Amino acid sequence: MRYLEFEKPLREIESKIEQLEVYAYSRDIDLSGEIQPLKEKLSSLLDEIFTHLTPWQRVQLARHPDRPYCLDYLQYIADDFIELHGDRTFRDDQAIIAGFCRIGNYSVAIIGHQKGKDTDENIRRNFGMPHPEGFRKARRIMETAARFHIPIITFIDSPGAFPGIQAEERGQHEAIAKNLEIMSQLGVPIICIVTGEGGSGGALAIGVGNRVLILENGYYAVCTPEACAAIILRDRTKAASISGSMRIVSSDLKNLGLVDEIIPEPLGGAHRNPEETAQNVKNAIIRHLDDLSILSPDELIADRYKRFRDMGVFYEAQSVGISIANETTGQ
Amino acid sequence: MAWFRKKSKFTTIGNTNKKKDLPEGIWRLCDSCEEYITNDEIKRNYHICPRCNYYYVLPVEERIKHTLDEGSFEEFDANLASKNPLDFDGYDQKIRSAQQKTGRYEGIVTGRGEIEGYPVIFGVLDFAFMGGSMGSVVGEKVTRAAERALNDELPLFIVSTGGGGARMHEGMLSLMQMAKTSAAIALLKKHGIPFLSLIAHPTMGGVAASFAALGDVILAEPRALIGFAGPRVIEQTIGQQLPPGFQRSEFLLEKGMIDIIVERPNIRNVIKPLLEHMWYNRYALRAQQRQGNKTAVYAVKGA
Repeated sequence: MRYLEFEKPLREIESKIEQLEVYAYSRDIDLSGEIQPLKEKLSSLLDEIFTHLTPWQRVQLARHPDRPYCLDYLQYIADDFIELHGDRTFRDDQAIIAGFCRIGNYSVAIIGHQKGKDTDENIRRNFGMPHPEGFRKARRIMETAARFHIPIITFIDSPGAFPGIQAEERGQHEAIAKNLEIMSQLGVPIICIVTGEGGSGGALAIGVGNRVLILENGYYAVCTPEACAAIILRDRTKAASISGSMRIVSSDLKNLGLVDEIIPEPLGGAHRNPEETAQNVKNAIIRHLDDLSILSPDELIADRYKRFRDMGVFYEAQSVGISIANETTGQ
Repeated sequence: MAWFRKKSKFTTIGNTNKKKDLPEGIWRLCDSCEEYITNDEIKRNYHICPRCNYYYVLPVEERIKHTLDEGSFEEFDANLASKNPLDFDGYDQKIRSAQQKTGRYEGIVTGRGEIEGYPVIFGVLDFAFMGGSMGSVVGEKVTRAAERALNDELPLFIVSTGGGGARMHEGMLSLMQMAKTSAAIALLKKHGIPFLSLIAHPTMGGVAASFAALGDVILAEPRALIGFAGPRVIEQTIGQQLPPGFQRSEFLLEKGMIDIIVERPNIRNVIKPLLEHMWYNRYALRAQQRQGNKTAVYAVKGA
C-alpha cells in the first residue's frame, strides 16, 4: 500500500501490526495481547485523521494511487461483463472502457474512465485522460444501449480530457459537446457515479445522468485545482489553498444541488476497503435503478432535461438599463 | 526596428480585450502588423485591420448592427444577472467592473431579429465581459434562446466569442451550463429547428465544447482560435511548441471540424441562403400536409 503525506502516521502502526501477525502465524503463537492495543491505536488514529479532512486532502484521496478504478468495481459488483471496444472511426481509446454487464438483476451498459495500476498500464490508458475517440466510443455504446433499452451506468474518474495536439486535431471539443447533446436524449435510465476525480469536461462528457452520485472522497470540478490556481492566482502551487473555495468536494456539491447522493466510503478511504466501497456503490445503483425503472423513455428524457435545466444561480435585476453603481450583486 | 521585437507565440487573447475599446487618440499600432492605422479606419472596416486583415474582436453592438436588419433587434432577458453562489473571492468585484465596462448585466446578448427579412433568434457572447466566459446567466440565456426558438419555430443563430470557456468563479455551476445548453440544442435538433453557430476568435473550453460545437452548420471567422484546451496548457503538457496555425479556423476546416470560414463583412450573404435551404422545405411540407395532396415539395418554385 502507498501512503499519502497525511496518511504517513498510519504506516508505522500498520507495518508493526503486520510484522506481529506474520510472526505469530509463522511461529503459531498467540500475540493478540500485543496486537489488540495496536489495532485500537490504529482505529483512533484513523478517526483522528479522516473525520476532519480538508478539501485538498479529499482531492488527494480521490487521486490516491491505490484507489479502486472502474474495473475494480466491476470485479466486485458485476457479472458477465463483456467489454466492447473502439469508436468505429479511429481507434480504441483505453482511457475509457465500455461494455455490458449484470448488476443485481439489471442488465446495464457500463461506461467508465480507467486509470492504470502501474506505469505501463497508465501509459496505455493515458492516466485516464480520454482522447476524442474515447468519448466517441462511449457515445456509440450508450446509443447502442438505448436502442436495446439497457440502463447506463457511468463511472467517472478522470483528471480531464487529454490536452494534446492529436486530441485537438480530432475535435476534443466536438466529441465532448456531442456527448452532452446525445446523452440528454437517451430514453433509458442513466446513473453517473463520480468515484474519484471528476475532471471538468472530460468527466461531464459521460456525466449527463438522471442521477449523479459521488463517493464521499470524490471531487468534481470545473477544472483541476492546479489549473484554477494557475489561472486565477497565477500560481499552480497554490492549488491546495484554492481547492476549498472552489466547492468541489462531495458535501459542497450536495449542498449546491449538483449531486443527488453521497455514497459513503469506509473510514480511511475507498482504497482501504475496496470491496466494502464497491458494495455501497452497488446498493446505490440498484436503489436508483429501482426508482427510475418505473419511468417511460420520454419521462426519463424529461427528468434528465429538468435536472440540468434547473442548474444555475442568478437573479432578475429590477431595471433593464444598467444602474450598476447602486446594484448589489451577490444578494 | 520591428524585426527584433518579441512576437508573441499566440495572438493575444488578453490584449484584444484591452484594446477593443480603441484608446483615445486617432492613431494606433495594429496588434498584428504593427503598422499605423486610425481607429476610425478599423471601425469602418468591421474591426478588421485594413492593412493586414487582422480580426479584432467585434463589439457586441456592432455585431448586432452588422448581422441583423436595421432596427429589427429586440432583446430578451437583459436583466438577468449573476450572483456569487460560491462566495468566490473577488468575483463580485469582477462582475461589477465587467458590468461597468460593458454596460450590461452579463456576458451575452440574446433576442429576436431579422436577417434579410428572415426572423431568427439571435445571441452573441460578449468577449469584453470576463472573456465571454459561461456562468449561470450565460448558460440560462442560451438555453432560453434555444427554448424560444423551439417555441416560436424560428432558427437559432448564436455567435460565440467564448475565450473564457466555463467561468471558473461559479465552479461546477458553470460546468453544468455545458450540459444544460447542449440539452436545449438537442431539443432543437429533435424538432428540426435549425441552429447556426458562428465561432469568432477566441472560443475555447466550455463554450467550444458545448453549444458552439453543435450547430447544424458551424461557421467561423478567419484565423479564430477554436479548441478545447488552451495552447499554453497543451504546450506545458507535451513540452514542445505548437505548429503554426494550430487551433485556428483554417486548421479546423482542414480537420473537418467546421463547415465554412466566413469573412466578417460577408456573413449576411452566407446566412441568408443557408436559412433558405434549411427552412423552406419545412413550410412546403406543412402546406402539403394541410392540403393533403401531392404537390411537389422539394423544388423551389420560381427559383
